[in-house]
Amino acid sequence: MSTAALSAAAGTRAGSSEIRAGERSAHHRNNRIGWAFVAPFVIVFVMFLIWPLIHGFYLSFTGESITGANGQLIGFANYAEALQDPIMWRSLLNTLWFTVLSTIPLVVVSLALALLVHQGLPGQWLWRLSFFMPFLLASTVAAQIWIWMYNPQLGLVNYLLGAVGVDPVAWLQDPSWAMYAVVVMTTWWTVGFNFLLYLTALQNIPEQQYEASALDGAGRWRQLRSITVPQLGPTTVLIVMLQVLASLKVFDQIYVMTNGGPAGVTRPVVMYIFETGFTGYRFGYASAIAYIFFALIVIISVGQVRLTSRRSA
Amino acid sequence: MTAVATEPTTKPTVHHPRGRFAERAGLRIGERFASPGRIGALVALVVLAVLWLLPFLWALVTSFKTETDAAATPVSFFPKSGFTTDAYSNVLSQGNIPLWTWNSLLTATAITIITLVVSALAAYGFSRLEFTGRRWLFWGMIASIIIPPQVLIVPLFYEMLTLNLVDTYWAVILPQVVAPAMVFILKKFFDQIPVELEDAARIDGAGRLRVFWSIVLPLSRPILAAVSIIVFIAAWNNFLWPFIATSDSSLMTLPVGLQTVKSAYGLQYAQVMASAVLAAIPLVVVFLFFQRQIIKGFATTGFGGQ
Repeated sequence: MSTAALSAAAGTRAGSSEIRAGERSAHHRNNRIGWAFVAPFVIVFVMFLIWPLIHGFYLSFTGESITGANGQLIGFANYAEALQDPIMWRSLLNTLWFTVLSTIPLVVVSLALALLVHQGLPGQWLWRLSFFMPFLLASTVAAQIWIWMYNPQLGLVNYLLGAVGVDPVAWLQDPSWAMYAVVVMTTWWTVGFNFLLYLTALQNIPEQQYEASALDGAGRWRQLRSITVPQLGPTTVLIVMLQVLASLKVFDQIYVMTNGGPAGVTRPVVMYIFETGFTGYRFGYASAIAYIFFALIVIISVGQVRLTSRRSA
Repeated sequence: MTAVATEPTTKPTVHHPRGRFAERAGLRIGERFASPGRIGALVALVVLAVLWLLPFLWALVTSFKTETDAAATPVSFFPKSGFTTDAYSNVLSQGNIPLWTWNSLLTATAITIITLVVSALAAYGFSRLEFTGRRWLFWGMIASIIIPPQVLIVPLFYEMLTLNLVDTYWAVILPQVVAPAMVFILKKFFDQIPVELEDAARIDGAGRLRVFWSIVLPLSRPILAAVSIIVFIAAWNNFLWPFIATSDSSLMTLPVGLQTVKSAYGLQYAQVMASAVLAAIPLVVVFLFFQRQIIKGFATTGFGGQ
């Protein structure tokens, strides 16, 4: 019952003020109950998300540091400094480069793995275990394992490559290889998540479609092209979107494996925010870089949504 | 997202020429088990699985070597002086790994419980109750999913300084209990529960909280399990925020503590790998026992721990 209709009716009927008062108190009661249910969430949401978001924005216009000195407003000075800071630009480009480099194998390899596993060969649990389990490792665990894998003299990577005649490479110390080494490790570590999404999507394709096409004489290859791949379209869009956003936030494994080096070629923008804030203790400047990063994330997200909604329209 | 509520799509009713075995082996009508395509797929799978398992195996093998053997060239899977558990006993007797494991368990459990309670209550509010500002609040919450947690590290740390919580468990826990995506997932699930189920109880005089507790929650067990799994794993593995929030080694979580091991042990590869293996064990064991539920959880929510 809408309150507008009720009050309109109330004006014409005698004794209706009682009804209206009753309705209003019921409305108040509903309001109280509703807010009571969402209140705990709203409290933590405001305290640990909205407030830091606002405060960080404020800090980005101040010279705040850990000592509390220079906490006054300094206008756009931090942003002006950031836009002229070659390390900021370099780290931003590193992040974008890592995103491009990692998204491609993380989508392609996960699709290939899912298609292979979906063939229904024996040992299903073993395949799932192999490809998904690395995703459950903490970033530092995975990174420690790969520091050891990449060890120039003692690591398994150079040992195996040596067996086929490749000279040893200092994967994490060589500026021309470090980023690729990080990408390979990241693919190993996180491909399981996309693999799982693809596998679920494959299982949801109705079996009847394959049977019908098999009766029409379509081979496996034909089925793959005309049934499987088109049906995976929406899943691929979702996976690419999630992957791009996840890759843009890269920090952990790079921090542990290379600490941004050698010579800053792997330092992502999140690491620069971290360094500025917690090594240099320049809270104001770090906040400004964080907001530039945030703007990038928003622009890319909106761009992705625009792109996909136009395609499906 | 409906995958939880409904069972997988119908199985084919057509009888395969080779019966149930052929069906289980994924064979299509008229296909031979050992066709060249299937053998090729099997070989590819075996090679890839070995590649994916190799780093685990390598870490495991190294952790059972003496430090001398671990640092010996040429590289060998089988150490000269045999396998030993020295690295493990050293790490366990000197290091903080048991303590860090406890800290991880404590914080991840607290985060999971608080997140679940707070998110489920809010999701029910958004799904069923009318109140002023509901729509506005809901869309604000959805929009906030886009905010990367990395953007908040500086002001959050500042806030923890102000609240005097730096180097406490609360500093680790509190910022991680805000999970708008989980509220959204739970709300979607609650939306599908028929209101009639609740109406009957409401006519009998049950309050909203009672209906929520004794009707809605029991019907939502699968989604609650999925959300718990995702939140727990994400909290267990989270690195950046706990790393910033704690500098006292006795309060560190496992991933954070492990990062300090690298510098502490320097070139002691066997001990570093033993630490990594010990840190990996809890979730790997949990995964082996709850593989089905965990995979379902990630597949259902589709957001993951990122």
